This record gives sequence, C-alpha cells and structure tokens, in this order.
Amino acid sequence: MQMTRGMRLREAKQYVADKLRVTPFDLSDPVVMTDVRNEHGFGRVHSYAISQPWQANQIEAKFNIARVLDVPINSVEKFKERTAPG
Amino acid sequence: MTSEPRVPTRMGDGTFTHLTRSEIRADLVAGSENATKRAKVPLLSDDEIDHLLEIYASPLRFIGVDVGEEIVLSCDGTGMKTHATRIQDLQSYEQWMGADLLELCVGDYSLKVVRTILAYEAQYMHDAQLATIAPLQYGVMTNLGLYSKPDGPCDNWNELLPLGKTAEARAAEEEAIEMAVVDMVKLADSQWEAGADALDWDTTGASGDPEFLAALRATKIIREKYPDMGVELGMAGEFVLGMHGELEWGGKRLAGLWPKDQLLLAQEAGATMFGPVVNINTGKSLAWNMARAIALIKPCMDVATIPVHPNAGMGVGGVPMFVHLPSDAVCRAAKSFVELLHVDGL
Repeated sequence: MQMTRGMRLREAKQYVADKLRVTPFDLSDPVVMTDVRNEHGFGRVHSYAISQPWQANQIEAKFNIARVLDVPINSVEKFKERTAPG
Repeated sequence: MTSEPRVPTRMGDGTFTHLTRSEIRADLVAGSENATKRAKVPLLSDDEIDHLLEIYASPLRFIGVDVGEEIVLSCDGTGMKTHATRIQDLQSYEQWMGADLLELCVGDYSLKVVRTILAYEAQYMHDAQLATIAPLQYGVMTNLGLYSKPDGPCDNWNELLPLGKTAEARAAEEEAIEMAVVDMVKLADSQWEAGADALDWDTTGASGDPEFLAALRATKIIREKYPDMGVELGMAGEFVLGMHGELEWGGKRLAGLWPKDQLLLAQEAGATMFGPVVNINTGKSLAWNMARAIALIKPCMDVATIPVHPNAGMGVGGVPMFVHLPSDAVCRAAKSFVELLHVDGL
C-alpha cells in the first residue's frame, strides 16, 4: 500500500486491517496473522518441519492478496495475461 | 573528574566510547544546533532531547519500539547475490529477515551498467515475482558519473570544473542527464513488462543536482506512463550538491536543497516513497549524529503526502560508517526515528 499506492503508514495499516477485519495492532502479531494469512491464502513463513503444501504460496499468494486487498499487483496481472487463452 | 557513571556508546565510525549521561545530553544538544546552523531547521525541543537521551544513555544491548508501533522495512539490495542465488536471497529476506519490501538488483548497482543487461534483469524479475510474496522492486543508483569519460561518452565535468571550464562542465552534465533519463525510462519499460512492482532510484544526487534532476524527470515520465508502478526516490546525501548550480525543477533551484525541499519536489514528480539521508560525522558520537538527523528530517514529516523512509544504513541515519552494522546502533536509530518522527518506514 505504501510502495505503489503511496499511502502513509497509519493509513496503510488501517486500510489493510479493515480489509482483513482485524485491528492495526494485530498486523504485527504473528499469533494473529498466521491464522489470518492461512485463512486468506496469503502465504506464510516457510518451514519444511511444518509443511502445509495445500496452502497458497508465492505467486498464488499474490493473487489472493490482490483480490482481498483490492490492489492491483503487476505480476498478478502479467500472469493472467500470459496464461489467458488465445 | 566526575563521579557520574559512564555508559558504553558508539562514535560515528562505530568504535565504542564511554560517556556520562551529561556528556550524551550535551552531544544531543550540539547535534541539534549543528542541524539548525547548517539547514536553518528548528532546534529539537527539550522533550525531544530528553527522549533521545533515554535511548542513547541506555546500557541495553538491544532496544525496540513499543508493541503496536512497528513500521515497514523497505530493504534495498536484498537480491544482490549474497549467499545463494538472487531469488533465494530474496526469499531469505522475505521469510527469515522480516523484509516487507524486496529489491532485485545487481552487484554493480548502477543505471548505466544495467542498461546493457536489461533483458537479463527483466527475465530475472519475471522469475523472481513467481517465487516471492512480498512487493518486489528493481533498484539502481542513477550514478550519473558513469556517463562521463572514461566510463561514458560525455566529457568529465569533474575534470572540467577545476580548470574553470564551467560552461563546458554544465554542458556535459546536461548531456548526461538526457542519456540517464532515457535509460531510466527504458529500465522502467522492461521491468514493468517483467512484472516489477516498483523502481528504486537509490543514492539519488550522488553526482549532485544534475543527477537529482534526472531522477525527477524520469520519475514524472514513468509515473505518467505506468500509474500503478511505484517509484521510490532515495537520496545520497543530506543536501544536493551544486555540481551544475543552475538546474531547476518547477522553478526551484536544486542545488543546496535539504530533505524537506527534496521531498516536496519528489512528491511533485510523482514519487510514491521518499528516502531522506543524513550523513554520519564519524568523529562525533552517535547521539550527536542522531539528534542532527532527527532535526534535519523532522520538517519532512509535516509536509509529506507520501511515505517517508529515512535511510538508516552504513554511514547514514544515525548508523555508524562501518560495513558490519552493530545492532545496538541500528536499533537505537530505528527507535529514535519511529518515536520522534513517526516515520512510515525505514
């Protein structure tokens, strides 16, 4: 939200928190955010010891982030263009 | 001879020293006064000095911000090939080191160098975007000097100026600006097509006002061409060196600008993030340096409409000029920026 939308921190945190239905305080809490990231398919810290291969990750996660946060992500749009039929 | 206890603290070059609380406070005041004298910014208040004193007189090895006051880390150079492939380096930063923003770049981090390998870097960005989650930008230093002889085609203004050939030097700088802007836009074209989220003009102004102008012009073109592409404009120094002296943007002379005015122009050009810099004085304590940095950057926060991410790295932003950064110094700088300036990131 900062990098491409140019939002200041407080605004960016509130925007993301509202979209995820959490509080800005929650955004920095790994205990809360692990569940939130799992729920929305945002990807998580990768560890083979706790592998969850059914979870979205990498470009898959970015598709979900773009959709849930309603923010255009260039690599997602390019992926769609390059995999579109015809 | 004082009986006041001494606490370990560091100098700007990273070496340890031991100062009393009174000495640290005196250094904080002196750093603030130096900023006021140089840049005509307001002095830090007593409350601000006292706040910094609690940070810099603390004996703790590591010190942090309050829970809930965490900021974003925009980490440059995270995909430069450090210990694995560049993509693996990016993944390491994202997964293990808490980077909120990643940056693909090459070891020779200069615009003119990258211009000759655009296709390779675009391919790498394309592949890296498939393998990472965090926002990923492409970073270069504008490094206008490389456009001058012997590395580039333009006459070398650094050689012409000492000879008093000001007109010739300015002409060479203006020629280099045109070339750099073209190259920056071509870089944006290839990186946008590859899937990049943003670009980073790092160390902007290292070659003075011509380089700052090139970055502003390129930013405006790119942001109009690609409205969804971010452009981070990170500075090289605390004020813009007047290597040309007569260059302007929107009627504002670029030479001699301090962080607040740099930010205003960056915003006007369409930059989406701004990274002010305050250079370290290695002969002064970190307390002196930090007070100076806070005083110089503070005016930015009143006028910022885009995120402000002060550079806090080797030799800038209250962090020692040393290749392996001591964590006690870095965390103090971070806490100072967050608590006194409420910065948007670092």
